[in-house]
Amino acid sequence: MDDVKFAAGGEAAASEVFVVELAEFSGPLDLLLSLIRDEQIDIYDIPIARIAEQFLARISTLKLDEAAEYLEMAARLVRIKAQLLLPRRDGEDLWDDPRAELVRRLLEYQQVREVVDHLEKLSEARRRRFARAFQPTTPAAPATGPLSLSLPELLAGVDRVLRLARKPHIHDIVPRALDVDGAIGTVRALLALRARAQWTDVLPVNPEPWEVLSLLLALLELAKLGELRLEQRRAFASFEITRDPASEAA
Amino acid sequence: MTPLAKLLEAALFASGTPVSAAELRAMARHATDGEETLESALDSLRDHYETDGHGVELVEIAGGWQILTRPEFTEAIERAQLASRPQRLSAAALETLAIIAYRQPIGRAEIEEIRGVGAGAILKSLHERGLVDVVARGEGIGRPLLYGTTPAFLEQFALRHLEELPRADELAIALRAPRPATLTGSLVRENGEPPARAD
Repeated sequence: MDDVKFAAGGEAAASEVFVVELAEFSGPLDLLLSLIRDEQIDIYDIPIARIAEQFLARISTLKLDEAAEYLEMAARLVRIKAQLLLPRRDGEDLWDDPRAELVRRLLEYQQVREVVDHLEKLSEARRRRFARAFQPTTPAAPATGPLSLSLPELLAGVDRVLRLARKPHIHDIVPRALDVDGAIGTVRALLALRARAQWTDVLPVNPEPWEVLSLLLALLELAKLGELRLEQRRAFASFEITRDPASEAA
Repeated sequence: MTPLAKLLEAALFASGTPVSAAELRAMARHATDGEETLESALDSLRDHYETDGHGVELVEIAGGWQILTRPEFTEAIERAQLASRPQRLSAAALETLAIIAYRQPIGRAEIEEIRGVGAGAILKSLHERGLVDVVARGEGIGRPLLYGTTPAFLEQFALRHLEELPRADELAIALRAPRPATLTGSLVRENGEPPARAD
């Protein structure tokens, strides 16, 4: 391990470069593959000692929390190196190469990288084409993961929704019948006594809106029937009610 | 162009996303006398764009059809700020997507095993982008979430369906010399069908 320390220490000035470079690797397998490619090593016959040293040199400048996965791989490499150093009996055919599992994973990972290259090409081709209603890729649609609620929580939620639903802001419109016939009776009775009256004379004290409307409709109805005449001298003035002379004659 | 081809052009123009064959067929049934098949009308529309030299073309994506601009106009359109290319995915995200596409339904632990790094943050981001979804729960402790790709994944990579991804024997791995028999580890499953959705 001494030479590893030496390599790392000697490159102190370049340590920044190492960190930046490592960020470009998507994981320890990526770094390992790149080492194997750079050294033009046969993946089925990896010189573990050399690769392990280079691997350690590359990660030695990383901060520990960032490098956990790289350190795990480093430990694995060192263990394989140790296993390879154990003496083997001559003529032993059934020897499990301690590198086999690592090779399997590297091959698998290489397939992943190849598919990634393919996906990158596809993605690049698609990115160059725009659909008519172009929309920038909607960032982070709210994640709707599966609900994890206890039964009481769920019931409380349902209760909340129901309580909200029970007080809606809806204005009820209550149909209030107008008493046009009653108002007609009142006006006729008044006109039987007086030939002339003011709008305010027939209006009850503190009238409700429905009473005003009933009276208005009654007056219009009676005017239509020819029993009285309505006269308003100017806009917004109170109007005068006059018994119709014709109906009087009749 | 045939009457149905014109209708398809109008419908695909109106929609910003790929329209499935089923949707187009339902529309065609209501709108035409039914003598013309959807396939021949789509061919007619494609030929129309091909032979007359149009700026757009008919593309089959994610089990549906979509009208897209031709790639040679990308830069000019972007310079005019009428549209811009979406962001690229990171290498880590692409690796995770590749693994999910071929091994789905797959749990987080298996993805991490293959990549040799944690996958939680990337899975979350891919899920938020709608490229992967939880498709099942696995057996075993905690019944882990199993992920699969979504139609949005096909859309993003302009794939018609998952079977369009390269098969095992199409992957040209330089170091694939079949040396030791024990080394059968393969991203692609033994039967050579990459995206087996159901096991």
